[in-house]
Amino acid sequence: MRFLVDFIGELREVGIGVSMVEAVDAAAALDHIDLLDRDQVRATLAATLIKSSRHLEAFDIAFDAFFATRPRPFDGPESQGAEPPAGGSAGSGGIGGGGTDDDTDLMEALFRAVDAANDDLLQAVVRAAVGRFGGMESGRPVGGTYYAYRVARGLDLDALRRRLEAVGESDGESALDRRLRLQEVGRVVERLRDMIRREITRRLVADRGHLPVAKTMRRPLAEDIDLTTATRDDLQRIERAVQPLTRKLAARVARRRRTGLEGRLDVRRTVRRSLSTGGALAEPRFRKPRPGRPDIVVLADVSGSVATFARFTMQLVHAVSSQLRRVRAFAFIDAIDEVTGHFRPGTDLAAAMARVGTEARVVWVDGHSNYGHAFAQFVEQHLGAVTPTTTVIITGDARTNYHDPHTEALATIASRARAVYWLNPEDRRYWDTGDSVIGLYAPLCEAVYEVRNLRQLERFVETISVLRRDPARVVA
Amino acid sequence: MVFANPQAALDALAAQKYLADLAVAQVVFLAERLDKPVLVEGPAGVGKTELAKSVAAATGRRLIRLQCYEGLDEAKALYEWNYRKQLLRLQAAPGEAWSETESDIFGEDFLLARPLLEAIRSPESVVLLIDEVDRVEVETEALMLELLADFQVSIPELGTMTATTRPAVFLTSNNTRELSEALKRRCLYLHIGYPTIEREQEILHARLPGLDERLAEQVARFVAGLRSMPLRKPPSVSESLDWAAALLALGVAVLDDSVAADTLNVLLKHQSDIDIVAKELGADLTET
Repeated sequence: MRFLVDFIGELREVGIGVSMVEAVDAAAALDHIDLLDRDQVRATLAATLIKSSRHLEAFDIAFDAFFATRPRPFDGPESQGAEPPAGGSAGSGGIGGGGTDDDTDLMEALFRAVDAANDDLLQAVVRAAVGRFGGMESGRPVGGTYYAYRVARGLDLDALRRRLEAVGESDGESALDRRLRLQEVGRVVERLRDMIRREITRRLVADRGHLPVAKTMRRPLAEDIDLTTATRDDLQRIERAVQPLTRKLAARVARRRRTGLEGRLDVRRTVRRSLSTGGALAEPRFRKPRPGRPDIVVLADVSGSVATFARFTMQLVHAVSSQLRRVRAFAFIDAIDEVTGHFRPGTDLAAAMARVGTEARVVWVDGHSNYGHAFAQFVEQHLGAVTPTTTVIITGDARTNYHDPHTEALATIASRARAVYWLNPEDRRYWDTGDSVIGLYAPLCEAVYEVRNLRQLERFVETISVLRRDPARVVA
Repeated sequence: MVFANPQAALDALAAQKYLADLAVAQVVFLAERLDKPVLVEGPAGVGKTELAKSVAAATGRRLIRLQCYEGLDEAKALYEWNYRKQLLRLQAAPGEAWSETESDIFGEDFLLARPLLEAIRSPESVVLLIDEVDRVEVETEALMLELLADFQVSIPELGTMTATTRPAVFLTSNNTRELSEALKRRCLYLHIGYPTIEREQEILHARLPGLDERLAEQVARFVAGLRSMPLRKPPSVSESLDWAAALLALGVAVLDDSVAADTLNVLLKHQSDIDIVAKELGADLTET
């Protein structure tokens, strides 16, 4: 019981809300299952505590940390005591080289286990490998990824992959079979990495207890990751989160735009309907409202520091583009160019962004952001894109590298547009420090938002795409 | 008790040609034990609706289905008075005393039971499937909430109707909108993802008995590969079944690149996705 309470505490810590009712449900559900079966416990807790697919990943991590010490049914005779626990000679000496006989043996065993698809054997080999190469010492404050890296290098997984790839090769193989086989190998290696990770977690937990380990393994949910400081790994997770998010957003915007608007009475259809009730006007019919669709112009700073942010903005704006009359996109660094053509529905956004970098003329002098020049050039060449029905969205950190900010150019744009919104991916605390001139631009905009993660971005895109003809002023 | 343990649930489902993994069976089992509705989420076409149908078939219960859509309201989900019949009744007997008429036209004869009411009134236990619950508005969701909490409905003219037997409830969602916390709290949550390659092969086999072993394996592996590509709509189980059926109909014995490229339109629903995959296949063709 104590364990369950701790586990729920950990989930809440990660940002997954677990209500009292759900906790009680979980406890009640555990009564009905076999507590020694780890998979049953996992499925039961997931069903009762987690209520969104976005949280499943975080749940799995926490579960691994908490329930790692529980024996698994296929464990077999465990040889943990026999392995050198700390500073074993092989652990420090054999890494990278893979030269000793023992290491070769281990790699051979691994290859055989994978080739024979024997799970029990594989588990045993992984266990031995982690003991050999992990070099885990009790009490060392090192995270699991470090050990995972050491084991992967010790086992030389790349060599294993090459070897597995070579196995099934034959002359008569069709291209399709070949690709399927390579994909299979990729999956096997991926699975192996996963097993190593789990084994390491298990040992860390045995050493330090579940609470501290769960803490080091904690990761923020994808939509809360800061977009400008995201690592490559983070970006991949955001990438995965963006796709379903855009679909959701599009559906929601479509719905919100249609409902909540009372249509006018449709007299013709009401009368016709009444024929089936003998002329009594029993069922009124309404005309479907057709709200006007906003027209959007995006001006995106695509210089290195904020390019990722610009890309996600484009992605989300395009997700709702069917609900908008027109979207035009302009990219700039120190010069501005139209990139609307690069972002058609269905195009790969990452590739499109790369093309913007190479094909569009966004660089004028030195390739450092120059907001002032970009705005001035926009006024000169593209002002026709802005009409009184246009909503202009500017994304960027307003860091001008000490160039002239040309506020009058932005003022011209703002005076012609319905509204100008500025999305700044920088932490609000750093606004107006150094070369940031957001304070000069802000009074010209309808609103300036700090948008640092997907969640905030999603909310913004939703707000502007459901704006009525006469928008109420949005409060930041 | 319908299922003795999760394994029994798994076997019962398998007998209906629904091949689930243990986690799915586990939730079905728990839902039965705890008397709770199940909220099923996952990509389109992985068998969410099919799960409810199979549970109904496996337990020999009737399936009542409520297909949700935008604008679904009380009258369509719960009950409605049959206005036309009431009107006819009034016209048929003019001069009748009002009190008599009133008690008559608001009787059960004039009540149109919609799926939710039907599930509650049913004398024997049923399986209630509320499909694509994420499509209804928040107000309608609140209506369902009341029903799921107490399994009773009040009709002003008739009084409260309480379920005699609790229906097993499945709600499916494609996740186009975040459901209310209150609804989620009342349900067990089940996420059905894409199956493993082996499972998909078994599914292909169960549903298409004529399919060749080797072809089934190729299909399952090919589709699994596609799912790891950045597509707008990755193929789901239903699509891989369609594809395998098409290959079967075409008399294809062994899959190769050109056959795959020619039949991609069965598997993928967007031109841009087809282009991406065809390019991939084409690259291999020129290479060899």
